[in-house]
Amino acid sequence: MSKFKCPECAYVFNEADGDEHEGYPPGTEFASLPEDFACPDCSVRFKEDFEKV
Amino acid sequence: MKGYTATLDSGEAIFYRDRKRWFWLLSVLYPLQPFLGIWLHAETGNEAWLLLPLALGYVAAPILDWLLGEDENNPPEAVVLQLDRDRYYRFLTYIVVPLHYVGLIGVAYWAGTQELAWWSFIALAAVAGIASGLGINTGHELGHKKSKLERSLAKIVLAVPAYGHFWIEHNRGHHRDVATPEDPASARMGESIYKFALREIPGAFRRAWDIERERLERCDKPVWSTDNQILQSLSLSAVLQLGLIIAFGWKMIPFLVIHNVLAWWQLTSANYVEHYGLLRLKDQKDKVERCQLHHSWNSNHIYSNLVLFHLERHSDHHAHPLRRYQSLRHFDDLPSLPNGYFGMYLLAYVPGLWYRVMDQRLLALDHIDGDLDKVNVDPSKKKALYEKYGQSQKLQAG
Repeated sequence: MSKFKCPECAYVFNEADGDEHEGYPPGTEFASLPEDFACPDCSVRFKEDFEKV
Repeated sequence: MKGYTATLDSGEAIFYRDRKRWFWLLSVLYPLQPFLGIWLHAETGNEAWLLLPLALGYVAAPILDWLLGEDENNPPEAVVLQLDRDRYYRFLTYIVVPLHYVGLIGVAYWAGTQELAWWSFIALAAVAGIASGLGINTGHELGHKKSKLERSLAKIVLAVPAYGHFWIEHNRGHHRDVATPEDPASARMGESIYKFALREIPGAFRRAWDIERERLERCDKPVWSTDNQILQSLSLSAVLQLGLIIAFGWKMIPFLVIHNVLAWWQLTSANYVEHYGLLRLKDQKDKVERCQLHHSWNSNHIYSNLVLFHLERHSDHHAHPLRRYQSLRHFDDLPSLPNGYFGMYLLAYVPGLWYRVMDQRLLALDHIDGDLDKVNVDPSKKKALYEKYGQSQKLQAG
């Protein structure tokens, strides 16, 4: 399980935790997120912009 | 006065004082101006005083912006973290939330209990609506933050003008799509504010609803549920506004309709001037470029910035949506408006004048350099504008 961070606002998508408010249960792989996934906090960085922590 | 110290990479120690620190209280007090009119009405018996806030907003504010001019100062980057952590600034955004409830209930009480001429009743409703429009601005500042408290306060204050969907629509929709033809909250060149409003108000609600529906689908929850954040805020609006109707009678219905529409209209006005004609270009793979500083119009006019929590430093806001109002920066050579928002709203309400001032300004921007292909143009005005600026050959080529 890995973590991926938004380079703009430091939001972290932790695959182990998922993001339940956004509808991504624990264990959701970052790669399985929709291609148009935008950072849930700032919305100005997208899936391809996220950096593996 | 409180100051901040930091050491630069060069080893130089700096000391910074925010000269605007106490002036930010204007953003807290400004929504209370309807009470000034009510107080003078109560003292003198002259209903004309109820119009005072309209004069303050539409006459005094543009003049003050013109007289007091612009402020290009930025806090040094080295102290921004301390500035952001200073609880005073966020406390101001917290206390303004209950004041919006006090404001609407207070003005509704006056409108509901006094024998007023029809025109002063309408004026009171309009004044209340304009003040609640400022509540959308407060909700905007709060809704961009990560803390649960600030996000909850955003939903609570947005319930005053029944605009709870804005939090989702703005953060998740507008910031993603800004300055594209698809964004209902970005105005197009040649599009009047009246035409824009008819696209923006329903379009923004639809986008918010779609975003929230998709989120709830992922959560395996029905869209019509207590987990729907739009419905949560609207429920609060219903309690507040039905409460006012029960308390002060049926005349609250026209009062609240005018209030709500005027509050929404304030947001429409802000959205209209913030991105008029600006366009994010697509690359060869049809991918839209990232939002740049030149995709927002800005104003450094000090008075209107101080009553709007720095909203007019809009480029930095779009580049860094979570940045707190006290830390937003001016940058040189950005698209800039000739007056603060209040003056620009007036200009926008007379479309012919707006086009005369803004179309030249838009085409003169460095990154556009007169090229209409780099402008977000209203499709129905495309032919006429390309002809007007001698670029019809581009349409034929396209």
